[in-house]
Order: sequence, then structure tokens, then C-alpha cells
Amino acid sequence: MNNQVKFVQGNEACAEGALYAGLDFFAGYPITPSTEIAERMSIQLPKIGGKYLQMEDEIASLAAIIGASLTGHKVMTATSGPGFSLMQEALGFAVMAEIPCVIVNVQRGGPSTGNPTHVSQGDVNQARWGTHGDHAIVALTASNHQDVFRVTVEAFNIAETYRTPVVLLFDEVVGHMREKLTIPEPGEIPLVERLKTSVRGGVDYHPYLPREDGRLPMSDFGGVHRYNVTGLFHDMWGFPTDNPKIVQGLLRHLVDKIENNSHKIAMYKEYYMEDARRILISYGSAARSALHVVENRRSRGERLGLLELQTLWPFPYNVVKERCSGARSVTVVEMNKGQIADQVKAAVDDPGKVFLANRVDGVLITPTDIRNFLRVIQGRGI
Amino acid sequence: MAIRDFLRERFFPHMWCPGCGHGIVLNNMLRAIQTLGMSKNEIAMVSGIGCSSRISGYVDFHTLHTIHGRALAFATGLKMSMPELNVIVPMGDGDALSIGGNHFIHACRRNIAMTALVMNNRIYGMTGGQFSPLSGYGTLATTAPYTNIDHGFDVVDLAISAGATFVARTTTYHAKQMADIIREAIIHDGFSVVEIMTQCPTYFGRKNKLGDASNMMEWMKDITTPVGSKAKEENPDLIERGIFVQKELPEYCSEYNKVIERAMKGRS
Ligand SMILES: Cc1ncc(C[n+]2csc(CCOP(=O)(O)OP(=O)(O)O)c2C)c(N)n1
Ligand code: SF4
Repeated sequence: MNNQVKFVQGNEACAEGALYAGLDFFAGYPITPSTEIAERMSIQLPKIGGKYLQMEDEIASLAAIIGASLTGHKVMTATSGPGFSLMQEALGFAVMAEIPCVIVNVQRGGPSTGNPTHVSQGDVNQARWGTHGDHAIVALTASNHQDVFRVTVEAFNIAETYRTPVVLLFDEVVGHMREKLTIPEPGEIPLVERLKTSVRGGVDYHPYLPREDGRLPMSDFGGVHRYNVTGLFHDMWGFPTDNPKIVQGLLRHLVDKIENNSHKIAMYKEYYMEDARRILISYGSAARSALHVVENRRSRGERLGLLELQTLWPFPYNVVKERCSGARSVTVVEMNKGQIADQVKAAVDDPGKVFLANRVDGVLITPTDIRNFLRVIQGRGI
Repeated sequence: MAIRDFLRERFFPHMWCPGCGHGIVLNNMLRAIQTLGMSKNEIAMVSGIGCSSRISGYVDFHTLHTIHGRALAFATGLKMSMPELNVIVPMGDGDALSIGGNHFIHACRRNIAMTALVMNNRIYGMTGGQFSPLSGYGTLATTAPYTNIDHGFDVVDLAISAGATFVARTTTYHAKQMADIIREAIIHDGFSVVEIMTQCPTYFGRKNKLGDASNMMEWMKDITTPVGSKAKEENPDLIERGIFVQKELPEYCSEYNKVIERAMKGRS
């Protein structure tokens, strides 16, 4: 049992979560602050007969795991902002061709090479809209290593359930910080395995014909059914088409299968929310500082609560709207120019009560920073 | 198995122009596969984007039609995850050597068992006739209206120096040789590159006043010569065709199996 407790970096917690979920194929290209994930994979995967590939760049890394996912493997790649930018075209391919895969972006400061070894949460909107065209996307995050492990497992479960790429948006502080991680026993967290078609070989088979519930049972590529996979709009055989009806139907399917299930995909944690009159909303490493402030103020009797988001996309509008309905003020604590604050404003009844407490200088936002913001906000009598 | 049995007739007619060389490549690739007696289930075709890449839609194998230039990267993941598949990667010259140039040299270097077919029509066909890195100095294209000043790659030299263990060149005029070479390339246990000089009468032919498809094929006959021929000594401008390199070196998937063995030993 003792070896199930580890003292690790967040990046290792992510790698452990992926292995627990059944990952056996990883391809990547080194970049700070994500590299420890690749290093861990290169050690662990061959030990279990899995494969680690170091590709020539991030485009190739995502392309390679897509190829491996098709044959039925659980796959992942890991990068940071510049590499995530390079991956956007292949990410769209995975959306269009409905390929389960997990893409980790341990965020650092951008744009461009930016602030390589420093923390940021600036890629929230890139995760949402980085690839071109209308689409839905899933992006998850976490603030401590136990949760990093947990959401990584969930990322694989969601990828398999909805046949979709899932983005894990961690950040430099969580990725590099060391803390305790307890590896759950096998079976403790349920795993979702790939839904396979029941159509037998030799029978006319439609790889891209979703079930009524939107799920797509597919035959592993290279197996008994031969079919076509393409990034073009395609019909139920996977063959390219520009028939407007089919194009619209496929786009609707790709969006609906995620958006209509956003309540199931929504992961979040609530701290002191039952009677909170003022609310902090935060995620990732910023949520650690936010929690500190909330606990501190609670001890002084102030009715402050924290809603920690783990699912960023699809944004849990209903959860936020409902939890914030009675609050006097909602302060979003994040390390960007308000990328989640914008969503919170769109979610609540009165956007005027939403404030931003942020830092964008590569330094983790501290409890003192947050207290200073709150003082200004409350000083206005809100 | 008859050639027809390798085709997805449901998806015909094909999208290529009359006279396009890509159909000749399809035909002779299938003839090569036919002689190998493989089952269709053993073959995967991975392609990128371009007129040439559409070839994957028409064949009844496991087919993966990806994004421009990245076919070899997708194919690398596919092959590593399922080494028993025979992987064939048809690419246009722009696909393989412009946007995909980096993946191309790295796939050569890794020596991963798959067959790269570079369908070299010296032009971007699909986007309407812009010059490619294979067009060559002095040619005309829609984006080289005053003649092209970019020098072309030599696909064979590039593949050899990047480490490919099977490298060959052929043309659509030499259909029989094409089928023989593709057959050898598929059997080869390592990374195989076959450059197939092919005609795009619609753009390269028209822009450069090379006549119709049959004129262009005659022209490819005239400007090429078998590897090591006397004619090449007399006329160094001739382009050699045939097999340039065919050597055995450790293949990437088998090498990775050794990594797995070492890792498993280290654990116990
Ligand atoms: C990222 C990206 N850039 C550009 C394009 C547009 N595009 C499609 S095919 C092509 C070139 C096709 O030329 P080639 O690869 O030589 O094949 P051919 O059509 O001549 O057979 C280009 C530039 C694209 N699809 N994707
Ligand atoms: S444009 Fe050129 S390459 Fe494309 S189909 Fe027509 S002839 Fe072939």
C-alpha cells in the first residue's frame, strides 16, 4: 500500500493518471513546462509493452497519436503553448474524424515563446477556438495533484465516451510543484473503454453512423472492417461529401454530442458555497490561492465561497448561473486577461456584479493579491 | 484477385482530370499489390491532401485521408501501434516535400517500414497550378508568371541522404517498371521511397507548353534513362530511373521491441 503514496510533480501525477486510465501510446516533442510528462512516458510505457514516440515536432506528435488511437489504443501527447499552437490543425482533424485522444497543455506565458518557465492560464480561449471552424471541445483542468490524476483519468473517459479529443489545460505551477499523490487502487475510479461496433466482419458497415444517443460505435482501424477516415465532411461510409444536408447534419452531430452532454461533462468543486454571499470562481493553480483566502475569511465569519472549475469547456453556464444567482459579487480569479471571467459574465443574470482578480506577469497570483482586489471591489460597497 | 476487387466502385467516378497521371499510379500500384497476394485487410493507406492524396478513397483497404503534408506522421503512429499492417503512403510533391518535408526526412531517418509514393507532377494540382519545390528553375506556374527562380529538390538524393533504405524512381510512361518497383518497395522491410514522375496536363503541361498527356508521357520517356546507363554518361542531364538503394538496416518497429525488452528486464 505504501508505494501507492508518492511525492511527485504535477506532470508526473498526470502521467500516472494516464497510465491508470489505460494509456499505452504516447508521442511528443519536448517543451517546458511539460517535458517531465514525456520523460515519464519514455520510462514507463515500454515496461508495460506500450510505446513512446519522440516525433519531429508537435504537429507530428498529435498526428501520430491519432494514427495509433484509430487502431484502438488510448493515446496522449503533452506540450505547452507554442506546441499547442502547432497542433491546432490536427486537433480539428481529431474533432472531425471523431478520434479519442488526450492533449495536455501545461500552460506558460505567451504569446510566442513568451515566458517559458513561468505560469499562465492564457490558453483557455485557444483551447476553445484554436482550431478553425465551428466545433465543440472539451477542456479540463485541476489545482492539485490528486485532482490532476483524477481529471486525467476523466479526460480519457470523456474521450472514449464521446469519441473526441480532450484538452488538459494544466499550468506551470501545478505541473512543476511537488506534493503528495495517492494512487487509487485499480477499479477505484471507473474506466470507460472504447465502444465497439457489434456489426460482424463481411457485413455492410457504416463507420460514421452514430447511435441515437450520439455515441459512435466504431470498428478498430486495421481490423475486420475496411473503411475510410477523412478530415473532409463525410457521409456514413466516411467518404467525402459536400452535400449540404450531410454537411449540416455532421456538424450538428459533432457539436451536439458534446454540448448536449455538458451537464455530464461538468466537473467542479464547491467550498463554503451553501450560504456564500460573495463568490470566488477560479481554477488551476490560481484556485489554490483563492481557497486560501476563502478559508481565511471564513474563520473570521465572512460568507465567502469558492467555486473551483475543473471543466472549462464546454463551459458550465448553468452551474455558474445557478450558484451565483443569490451572490452580491462574483470575482473570477485567473491568470489571464479575463478569459473565464467573460464566460461567467455571459452565464450570470447580472454581469455587472462579476469582477476579475488576475495576474498576467508570470507570477502565481497570491492570497494577498486576491485580498487587495476584494478590498477594492468591496470598497465600492458591493 | 482481380484489380477491380481492390477498388471502391461506389466512389467512382474519380475526381482526376482526363489524362492525369495519378490514375496510372493507382492502376500500377494495384497491379503490384495483386502480385503480392496480400489480403485487403493487411493493407492500410494513409494520405494527405492534394489530387494525388485522393487515391486513398478509391481503394478498398484501411484508408486514412489526413491533412496536408502530415500523412507520414499519421502513418508512423498507425504503423507503430499495429506493425503487422502494410502501410502505403501516397503523396503529392508539395504534400511530401514542401509542407511535409520535415516529416519526410524524419521518416527516412527512422527507417520505419512503410512505402512512400511521391507522385511528382512538379506542381500544386489541387490548388490550381502554383509552383512546388519540385517544379524546378525556369518553369512556369500560376505563381511564377515570370518563370520560377526556385531550385528543385532531387527526391532520390534527398531520400538517400536522409537515410531511406529503399529508394527508387520511375515514371507513368514506364508502367511495367512502376509496378515492379512498387512491389519491391512494399516487400522491403524498412522505409521505401518511390518517386513517380507523373503528368498534370491541366496545369504543369499547359503552363509549360508540354502538350497533352501523351506528349508529356513521351517527354518523360525522353528525359529519363535507366540507372547506370551509358546514355547518362553521354548526356548528364538525363534523369535516372530504377532502384538506387536497397539495403537492410534495423527497422524501427523491431528496434522498439528491443526497447521494450530492455525496459522489462530493467524492471525485474
Ligand atoms: C495547411 C494547408 N495549406 C494549404 C492547403 C491547400 N492545398 C491543398 S492541396 C495543396 C497542394 C497540392 O499539391 P501536391 O501535394 O503536389 O499534390 P497534387 O494536387 O499536385 O497531386 C495545397 C497547397 C491545405 N489543404 N492545407
Ligand atoms: S489538376 Fe493536375 S494533378 Fe490534379 S487531377 Fe487534374 S491533372 Fe491531375
